[in-house]
Amino acid sequence: MFPIKLSQVGFTPDGRSVLAGVDLEIDVDGITVILGPNGAGKTILLRMLAGLQAPHGGTIRWNGNGLPAAGIAMVFQHPVLLRSSVFHNAGLGLQPLALGRAETLRRTQHTLERVGLAHRAADSARLLSGGERQRLALARAWAMQPKLLLLDEPTAALDPSATESVERIIREIRSDGARIVMTTHNLGQAMRIADDIVFLASGRVIERAPASRFFARPQTNEAKLFIQGELPWRIAFDD
Amino acid sequence: MLDTFLEALSLLGRLDEHVLAIVWLSFKVGLSTVTLATLIGLPLGALVAVASFPGRSIATVVLNGMMGLPSVVVGVIIYLILSRSGPLGGFGLLYSPPAMILAQTVLVVPLMAALTRQIIEDAWREYANEFRSMRFSLRHTIVSLLYDCRFSLVVAVLAGMGRSLSEVGAVMIVGGNIEGFTRTMTTAIALETAKGDLPLSLALGMVLLSVVLVLNAGAYNLRQWAMRKYG
Repeated sequence: MFPIKLSQVGFTPDGRSVLAGVDLEIDVDGITVILGPNGAGKTILLRMLAGLQAPHGGTIRWNGNGLPAAGIAMVFQHPVLLRSSVFHNAGLGLQPLALGRAETLRRTQHTLERVGLAHRAADSARLLSGGERQRLALARAWAMQPKLLLLDEPTAALDPSATESVERIIREIRSDGARIVMTTHNLGQAMRIADDIVFLASGRVIERAPASRFFARPQTNEAKLFIQGELPWRIAFDD
Repeated sequence: MLDTFLEALSLLGRLDEHVLAIVWLSFKVGLSTVTLATLIGLPLGALVAVASFPGRSIATVVLNGMMGLPSVVVGVIIYLILSRSGPLGGFGLLYSPPAMILAQTVLVVPLMAALTRQIIEDAWREYANEFRSMRFSLRHTIVSLLYDCRFSLVVAVLAGMGRSLSEVGAVMIVGGNIEGFTRTMTTAIALETAKGDLPLSLALGMVLLSVVLVLNAGAYNLRQWAMRKYG
């Protein structure tokens, strides 16, 4: 699957440029955070990595090949859960893998324990709190044992305590060997969790750097302004 | 009129054998029809809702249009198919309950499939990204959506049951309305009213209405329970 190479990737729905000329390579290790303001094109880039959206221009290759049949999981900002138990939802992603009943049950139970939801296995998934729902979505993805886990703003709607739980789980999934690419516009979260940063603005990759260097010595003016909490895009709009 | 009403109540009160036989046959035909139509109509509706294939829009329009299929037309077509010179004439099914079930299934499947398509299509909009990201096959997608929408789909099944129990034209043609063999509540009501036996018609009508009310009350309570339990 790795490296994943994006070459001159563009996305222009209705003639509007959302992504333009994106070149990016994702290697085998770590947590990459795609950072940028709202509307920068983060989510669409993630959807392309998941194979949910084809680019309008350029190419994406997974180790030189097309989209792999398995090994990629994605957790959405607002995960959709079936009207059934927590346990059933946690094992949902295993259905297409045809692992057999015993292995499916074992993996599901194991991941529920690791995200701290084993005690709620029999409860209805749709009655969970926001943080629990996101942990369940992570369990569902984790149970699939993905090589690449894509997370779209996984803590955008969560309070600090739930965010901390989700970040702990993300680190554990990474320790389990999954490559993680996630989007966020939360600078604090990016600092806490990222190994490297892809800074995206106006549909272009403005800067790519190891997280420590990105935050200590950003190379571009846009990145500096973003880190300082300035809103150059808003200023441009007001002008 | 009051006398007719009282006589009808009396027929029901003393569990008239004639009335019970008609009600029992109606239930057998209705439940068999709904079982068959559920097995065909729900997956068919879900397939049209989620699958991409050429002519999907046409299939949707046809499915919706067939909800209003005239029952006498279906009756005549099934009659021709099952009559001695028809392609299935050799089975000798004409004027039998299986013929009535077949005709009603043809009528009920489009209704249930069209309602299912609408319910599943709405759910599919919500789930498409999740299921695609999990690489769900078409079969997994359909099974999961049908499962998730199971409480909403009760409405489709109820609508099918309602159509089956209230249908008269097709069962009259292919069943023949033979007393003690193919006479259902609706065909009996039509016949007895024409003959002037209004108490029996009214008694059967009351049973029919009660069944519809009980089914709807049951569906309402099921949905309320599901909302509380599953959100």
